[in-house]
Amino acid sequence: MAEPAISVDGLVKRFEDVVAVDGVSFSVPAGTCLGLLGPNGAGKTTTVEILEGLQQATAGTVRVLGQLWAEAGERLRARIGICLQETRFYEKLTVQETVALFRSFYPSGIEVEDAIRLVALEEKRGARVGKLSGGQRQRLALAVALVGDPEVLFLDEPTTGLDPASRRGLWDVIEALKARGRTVILTTHYMEEAERLCDQVVIVDHGKVVARGTPAELVASFGGAQVIEFEARPMLADDACRALPGCSEVKRHNGTVQLHVRGLPETLPALLRTAEAAGATLLQLSTHAPTLDDVFLHLTGRSLRDEES
Amino acid sequence: MAGRHPLGQLFLMRLRALWREPSAIFWVFIFPMLLSIVLGLAFRNQTLSKLNVAVVDGPGRAAVVDALASTPGLQTQVLPLPEARRALSRGKVALVVVAGAPPRLLVDPGVPEGRTARLLAVNTLQRMAGRTDAVVLQEEHVTTPGGRYIDFLIPGLLGFGLMSSSVWGLGWGLVQMRQGKLLKRLVATPMRKADLLASFILSRLAIALVETAFFLGFSRLIFDVRVAGSLPAFFLVAAAGALSFGGLGLLVASRAQNSETAGGLMNLATLPMMVLSGVFFAASLFPAWMQPLIKALPLTAVIDGLRAISIDGTSVFSLGGPLLVLAAWGAGTFLLALRLFRWT
Repeated sequence: MAEPAISVDGLVKRFEDVVAVDGVSFSVPAGTCLGLLGPNGAGKTTTVEILEGLQQATAGTVRVLGQLWAEAGERLRARIGICLQETRFYEKLTVQETVALFRSFYPSGIEVEDAIRLVALEEKRGARVGKLSGGQRQRLALAVALVGDPEVLFLDEPTTGLDPASRRGLWDVIEALKARGRTVILTTHYMEEAERLCDQVVIVDHGKVVARGTPAELVASFGGAQVIEFEARPMLADDACRALPGCSEVKRHNGTVQLHVRGLPETLPALLRTAEAAGATLLQLSTHAPTLDDVFLHLTGRSLRDEES
Repeated sequence: MAGRHPLGQLFLMRLRALWREPSAIFWVFIFPMLLSIVLGLAFRNQTLSKLNVAVVDGPGRAAVVDALASTPGLQTQVLPLPEARRALSRGKVALVVVAGAPPRLLVDPGVPEGRTARLLAVNTLQRMAGRTDAVVLQEEHVTTPGGRYIDFLIPGLLGFGLMSSSVWGLGWGLVQMRQGKLLKRLVATPMRKADLLASFILSRLAIALVETAFFLGFSRLIFDVRVAGSLPAFFLVAAAGALSFGGLGLLVASRAQNSETAGGLMNLATLPMMVLSGVFFAASLFPAWMQPLIKALPLTAVIDGLRAISIDGTSVFSLGGPLLVLAAWGAGTFLLALRLFRWT
């Protein structure tokens, strides 16, 4: 088997009194996309910054393209592209000037105009960075990450704060890159993003890996073919819910009860009967097939959507 | 065209950031020009006005008034004693002469006008009383070039301008880049850190030379200020100053995480020098025990050097002292800044 583009083994990062990353291991085959998921403060950004050579690990081994940062730092920098969570480029420079500046640092890469075209900023090439919208700035950051024609691309929450149209625009760019055999490491809050782009997902919480696999595997491993969510007044007791036929798990979140069930025909009628018997009114009732978001809630007790506020 | 050379691109980035920032243009070029015009007008050389002498009634008053009134530089008025005292204490008259035998003088010797008026009046009164001059002195009236306040002020303002634009331009630029994570983004590329540093130094030099040329141009056009010594030497001292202050700017910005902290540190670094280093008045007015300290400040060194070349035509080879001070500050701050510098 070919050498993975990234391999991380027993990675630990300790700040004075906090352990930000606590024994994380994973590897990313070349030409695939890995999604690092986790709540804020889970250690995602620290992990990615160590992979990018911006921070040093306290312990553990990180190989990027088969090489160690300590040994091949300068050469590695020329082979990776980076999109930090937020970079404020010089507001007085134009899009074209900013990309040309970064292009000048790389011994080889793509043409400035091509990088701008890849992220669909041609119409703004002469515009000052200060005049760009949030989505356009993120696309500029992506163009800057792409201009060195990187073999590995690191994207730290590339679409946070973007409107849905801009987000889908960025996804198209990233998919095109994957099609060209580039390796992508992505951190995100957005489940749709991970489900659409990632071949493999690693969920981290409190600096540790809590789950890994393809999005489909993770959803399957979560157990339960369906999720029922409801609100009732008065609220049903957890024990009563757990006693429902086919129910494997009960979670409460923001006043909503979430049931993981084998199948709706088995559980739903029983739920309605139980509610009626308890004299409770159902205020809201919905069902859906499990998503990565449910997996995440199940594993961390937090919803990814909470992190956006 | 800088093309693909990273240093060229970084240099262009710095220059564009300045040229495209209207407030930077204002502070570097327009503000010093306005300041020198206002100060130049306020302190333009006037012909010395006559000093007022009050004469109080007494024996021989008429003769005293006649003699004093015909003394060049004095003009007289007759006042009762209480009013004359009041006029003296308010500075309306420089001297009160009470006519009599002998006449009595009331004067505040701590006031320059009083001292001058007293010397002139004493001379006249003595001659009136019969003193004869032992020798007739020959006098030649001359105006020295470079002796005006504006000739003194322009090198001072240039030194101050170089300090401000170096410390603020370099320091502010770096802190903004750190705050916006642009520095972090840059070190994640294969960019050589030395190129970034060199681009800051070279752009600082280029701007300092343009700033100096602009100062020389407008002060020549508006006030006819001329550089008595060599122009290359003048530019050399200005460039040495800009580099030295660049080190200071780098040091101030080496750790600061946000603009507020950086702004405070920059004021802390520059304001004392603005007061002590003789921008607007001669630093020699400060007491003797402060002089070694003042001489060791980089702004004093720049201003002393620029004034020596501009006003006295001093050769650059006689300016070893100020240049040494600048080199020491530049090297010291630069090395310390490199040790302390944080990219994130």
